[in-house]
Amino acid sequence: MLSAAVSILFDGLAYAMILFIIAVGLSITMGMMNFVNLAHGVFAAAGGYATVTMMRAWELPFLAALPMAFLIVGATSVIFERLLYAPLYRRSELDQVLMTIGFVFMAIGAFTYVWGPNPLGIELPPYLRGQVDLGFRSFPTYRLFMIGIGFAMILALWLTFERTLLGARIRAAVDNRRMAQSLGINVGRLFTLTFAVGSGLAAVGGGLAVELIGLRPIFAIQNLVLFLIVVSVGGLGSIRGAFLAALLLGIIDTAGKYVWPAGGGFFIYAVTVAVLLSKPEGLYGKRD
Amino acid sequence: MQFGPLVAVATLALALVVSAEAKTVKVGIVATFSGNGAELGQQIERGYELYLRLHVRDIAPHTIEIVKRDSKRPDGAEAKNAVLELIAREKVDVLAGFVFSPDAMSSAPLATQGKVPMIIMNAGTAWIPKLSPYIARVSFSMWQAGYVMGEYAAEKMGHKTAIIGVTDYPPGKDSADAFRLGFESKGGKIVDQMPIGGPAEVPDFTPYFQRVKDAKPNAFYVFVPSGNHATAVVKTYANLGMRAAGIELIGPGDITPDSSLQEMGDGAVGLIVVHHYSADYDTPENKAFVKAWKDSYGANSTPDFMGVQGYDGMAAIMHAVKKLDGNMDGDKVMDALKGWKFASPRGPIMINPDTRDIIQNEYVHKIIKDGARLKVSVISKVDQVKDQCIELKVGRCGQ
Amino acid sequence: MASGTSAAATGGEKAPPTLGQKGWDWAEALPWLVLVGALFTFPGYLALGCQVIVMIIFALSLDLVLGYAGIITLGHAALFGTGAYAAGMLSAHGGWNEPITGLLFAGAVAGLVGFASGWFLLRYRGLTLLMLTLATAILLQELANTLALYTGGFDGLLGIAIDPLLGRFDNDLFRQNYYVYGLCVLFVLFLVVRRIVTSPFGQSLVGIRENVQRMNAIGAPVHGRLVAVYTIAAAIAGIAGGLFAQMHAFVTLQVMGFQLSGAVLIAVILGGAGRLYGAFIGATIYVILEDQLAKLSPEFWEFGVGLVLVATVMFARRGLFGVAEDIARLGKRRS
Repeated sequence: MLSAAVSILFDGLAYAMILFIIAVGLSITMGMMNFVNLAHGVFAAAGGYATVTMMRAWELPFLAALPMAFLIVGATSVIFERLLYAPLYRRSELDQVLMTIGFVFMAIGAFTYVWGPNPLGIELPPYLRGQVDLGFRSFPTYRLFMIGIGFAMILALWLTFERTLLGARIRAAVDNRRMAQSLGINVGRLFTLTFAVGSGLAAVGGGLAVELIGLRPIFAIQNLVLFLIVVSVGGLGSIRGAFLAALLLGIIDTAGKYVWPAGGGFFIYAVTVAVLLSKPEGLYGKRD
Repeated sequence: MQFGPLVAVATLALALVVSAEAKTVKVGIVATFSGNGAELGQQIERGYELYLRLHVRDIAPHTIEIVKRDSKRPDGAEAKNAVLELIAREKVDVLAGFVFSPDAMSSAPLATQGKVPMIIMNAGTAWIPKLSPYIARVSFSMWQAGYVMGEYAAEKMGHKTAIIGVTDYPPGKDSADAFRLGFESKGGKIVDQMPIGGPAEVPDFTPYFQRVKDAKPNAFYVFVPSGNHATAVVKTYANLGMRAAGIELIGPGDITPDSSLQEMGDGAVGLIVVHHYSADYDTPENKAFVKAWKDSYGANSTPDFMGVQGYDGMAAIMHAVKKLDGNMDGDKVMDALKGWKFASPRGPIMINPDTRDIIQNEYVHKIIKDGARLKVSVISKVDQVKDQCIELKVGRCGQ
Repeated sequence: MASGTSAAATGGEKAPPTLGQKGWDWAEALPWLVLVGALFTFPGYLALGCQVIVMIIFALSLDLVLGYAGIITLGHAALFGTGAYAAGMLSAHGGWNEPITGLLFAGAVAGLVGFASGWFLLRYRGLTLLMLTLATAILLQELANTLALYTGGFDGLLGIAIDPLLGRFDNDLFRQNYYVYGLCVLFVLFLVVRRIVTSPFGQSLVGIRENVQRMNAIGAPVHGRLVAVYTIAAAIAGIAGGLFAQMHAFVTLQVMGFQLSGAVLIAVILGGAGRLYGAFIGATIYVILEDQLAKLSPEFWEFGVGLVLVATVMFARRGLFGVAEDIARLGKRRS
């Protein structure tokens, strides 16, 4: 019983890390610009495809492919941000919804064209396969690895956010865009940078997720709801909120499926409804 | 050569050189060409296109024209709209395709209403052929592999206990029922049965598999839609170290389709599944088929059971064209298909004249490593398996 | 985010409601002429026409809550699906096969669900409401899946056997009778919706959309009015769903799906929210575009649909109906 609880916590934590890594960029960009972005998953999918391609065509090791995916997708995302997102900052939410859904459709078509409809997978390096025995119970090595990467990223993000000038500017822009702007912060450029980093993080999350749930062109739309849930339960623009939400949803989803497989899918949505009914702005969202 | 127009041009060119009474038989294909299941639609298309190309001369002077429609979302309505249009406006002689069961079920009444034969190239829910006298199925029924797997696991593999995990939709339930009946008929005991997520998105399978690992059965029977789900199942099984814990993963061949076998990694080695096709079968028919496939679609493309189902489906249609000399009256086509026998790449197949469902061999596959490649080795087979759901009159199959 | 919704419906800028208290404009005859004309000009395409009509009704319902009351929802398919299951199960399990009463039943059940869910959900706005409606719709879909014994689950509800309309007109292979049936239903519902938006009640909804605080301050019963309009819209969505179920004699879980909620949202924004006839244009274009592109390229059609959506946002600020308005205005200035 105790052993089962440990594995639920462990598996839930690993799952939560992927949710967090993919969703955190979405949370910050949505918090800063109030931009309804339904296309964030496109960058996660792009990261997955970049990882797979680099490992196959260039025979890059997995650990090198992930940071490369971060750089490539992060840099490319700037093009899309300038071309598609920037013109819509002052437009209505409905226009943003329509554009980003359209963007997702285009991406699905493009992914299918380039990589075909078949699901793709990666071959993990030997040291990430198999099990690690921690004495009382053994754990899948890859999940431990995901948890490690997750915590490293949280630490890096937290340090950037709380300890650097850049972080202070981002926080100011999320809290009050107009005020930040009048203080001489170039919010537009800041947003572009945040967008790029957020997309890059999503790409890493996508690369990590390939082994877990596979990769198909429709990745972006399949998992869209999940990312939005993490963002809204956590509260827009809050790293802490996104992390807590990912943790909560990841563990509850895992526990629900373990304990009651037949009703497992219910839990994550029921929790979402419960949290939002009691805290409409999310766990750590800003009030206005 | 993966586009319809090229075939259309080829058939058109052929049509120009033959006599005037040559007929053009219109075949409407409804399958998932985009979105969820696009990889399945691609296999089916490559399969039927290959047969058509290789055998177009057999039906001379007649020709076949393909009209392709995407069934989009598996809601039945999109497929039904497509079928409606194909019957009413395109006036097709034969319908074929149908990847997901709802698509076949919603369209069945239209086949009856329009008296248009409907060749099912995948949809595996057992009682589909009962929905219209104009349906013939060249693919499989979920019961065929599931029942044989159940018997084999208890009798030959010596498993005493098993847990069933299936995707939460009707083919999954069919597969579970079939396995349970087969397993219990040979003295096995099912200790738990659970749905493991839905057909639309691939879940993180770990919680379900961890639950099974903690319950320690001899065998874990899993059915998920082939494709992305299957890869995730095999990887999760490997990463959790379930084999070392003494739990054997078994299932229908949907969990190890040839098209994504190489994506699954070493975790797949040693798996035992039951299925009606693998590209690795060592028969002259299959070797020729796989070679022709790779010549057409590239060395990286491998036919899986979907591909062969498309191939055999077109063989059935062209058999009818030849036999009826191009006069594709719906009732006559059905008569021509009943009892049709064919030396398929998967072995001898036949359309059961009573149920219009397929009778085929089921093979026990073992996944082995051949150099760097994963390969299917056939360790046993059961000849000419009928659908046990219909034979035993289980539930809706008995109505 | 919560404050953002006020601008939501009008494309960020104040657009005058096209339908005021005034009477009918001659231009309003145009869409009806087109729809009736299709019966004679495109007799082979009426199955597609039926899809268009169901989508227009569904989009009208969403336009009422989104375009007029500013309620942003990503779960509207839950109400459509409720209606579809109500009409389908009434026939499959209840044995009641008369179509028109079946539609009324579908509308009533969906209206009830709309009232109950609206009572709880409409206290929220913006992204919170978006997520709540989305999650509620998924929960309802899960419920329908759990009740597969009655709903048919993923494989679909079989056994729907609708009687011929008025005892005479059956569902032919060309869908001619059902096209006329759908068109009549659409016309009746349109009259209802038009009456609502031109009434004082409709004007107060626009007031809520534009400035909730002010409406609260003047003592308007904001929550009550929102629930009222949501209930009416739910009933209309339910009727659209019922019509869908009767046409196809088949219902699957997809009728409650996120994709359908997204599609109707796209249709309304594409046409131009808050403009009644925008729903006509948006739904028609979206359905026909998808159909034609999927024929052109069954594998990659989604790219084309996406391109049109992105281009519309970039170049047609107030939706396609906005473009039509601009052209009309240009024409008036010239003459």
